[in-house]
Amino acid sequence: MTRYPVMTSALVVDAALVLLVLGLALWVTSTRAAYSAVVGFVAYGLLMAIVWVRLAAVDVAMTEAALGTGLTGLLLLGAAARLAPYEAAEVNGRPGRWLRLLIGLLCAAIALGLAAVVLMLPDPAPTLAPLVAENLPPTGVGNPVTGVLLAHRAIDTLLESVVLVPALIGVWSVAADPAWGGRPGSLPRPRSSSALTLLAQVLPPFGILIGIHLVWNGADDPGGKFQGATVLAAMWILVLIAGLREPPAVRDRRLRVLLVIGALVFIGIGVAGIWLADAFLAYPEGYAKPLILAIEAVLTLSIAATLGLLLAGPPASDHPSGGLYESKKSG
Amino acid sequence: MNLALDLLTIVAVSLGALFFLAGTVGLLRFPDTLTRLHALTKADNLGLGLVVLGLLPQVSAPLAALGLIAVWLLAMLSGATVGQLLAGAARPPDPDRAEMPARDAVSSHD
Repeated sequence: MTRYPVMTSALVVDAALVLLVLGLALWVTSTRAAYSAVVGFVAYGLLMAIVWVRLAAVDVAMTEAALGTGLTGLLLLGAAARLAPYEAAEVNGRPGRWLRLLIGLLCAAIALGLAAVVLMLPDPAPTLAPLVAENLPPTGVGNPVTGVLLAHRAIDTLLESVVLVPALIGVWSVAADPAWGGRPGSLPRPRSSSALTLLAQVLPPFGILIGIHLVWNGADDPGGKFQGATVLAAMWILVLIAGLREPPAVRDRRLRVLLVIGALVFIGIGVAGIWLADAFLAYPEGYAKPLILAIEAVLTLSIAATLGLLLAGPPASDHPSGGLYESKKSG
Repeated sequence: MNLALDLLTIVAVSLGALFFLAGTVGLLRFPDTLTRLHALTKADNLGLGLVVLGLLPQVSAPLAALGLIAVWLLAMLSGATVGQLLAGAARPPDPDRAEMPARDAVSSHD
């Protein structure tokens, strides 16, 4: 324990990274304007992704970059833009001194509690990693993260993918009554620019390839359906923002089937497991790998559609404003 | 041979890092959005390009080299587009520039 830590270059980089993350976190919480806070949060998320890579948790890093930073950052930017008119009033009506003190104390207590838990972990820390490594071969997948998510802890993954649908219903329920059933209208429509049009035409083939690659590779290497689906959703959103396609009307029955088909297939295979493998969500002997691949493929489509529609926002109107027209005329 | 390749890596990556440093200084010090964009895209295009060039001799498989080059190309594509969009948003709308950005954008990608 008395060994002096060797000052390698990796250690210097890690220390700088930690200081940067902590400093950025402080800045994000203390900054007053919502927009700056969101921009800081996105930078913070990307730095966190690098931290996860340094911790050799590449799966977590990709999820952090794609979902925690990219998608959440966009949602937060939209929220900040929507709240901007009320922000001044909010700043003036800041809570009283005692309330702020109480909030600060409670937050500090939570941080201290978490720090104590981390510091008081027994050495070696309790881990299920050997158990996972031992039971990975029967599932046929090589990436332990995918193995845990789809075979050993499949119920968590099922709930995770189902919870996206209620979230989308929540977004849709904000729609005004006359707009119900129409097309989502929250996406920004920048002034028509052929640079954006070109990007929306050139990038999607590569993006779709990368998305499928992430899902397919997820069986043996870092990657998986959530990361792949986020890339696919990003390509879709790019095409929508460039005005090349209109978002689909939310009353569209095929769209609704697409949203729930992933969870339905997952549940269907899970229920079939009761008879075929003696447990809910268990896979019959020798069929684990193809079943996992099938679930991943369908879930990817559903998750991509759900994430894209989450960003597209609540239905705005049945007859979308002439956004497409405008861009065609001037572009 | 190996020494020459290592030297190339050191020189190219250092130059790339220098471009990133210069780009960051420019981003912080330049007076307006358009000049700041200029600094930023220099870092993206040349800085990342030099870093990728320097890393090419160090990869073990040809596929990894292709991956590195693809990362650079994609970063340039998105950087150029975002630069166009930001510049368009930063400029006050101007009637006789209505057609201009279109031509700029197309020619800058050729």
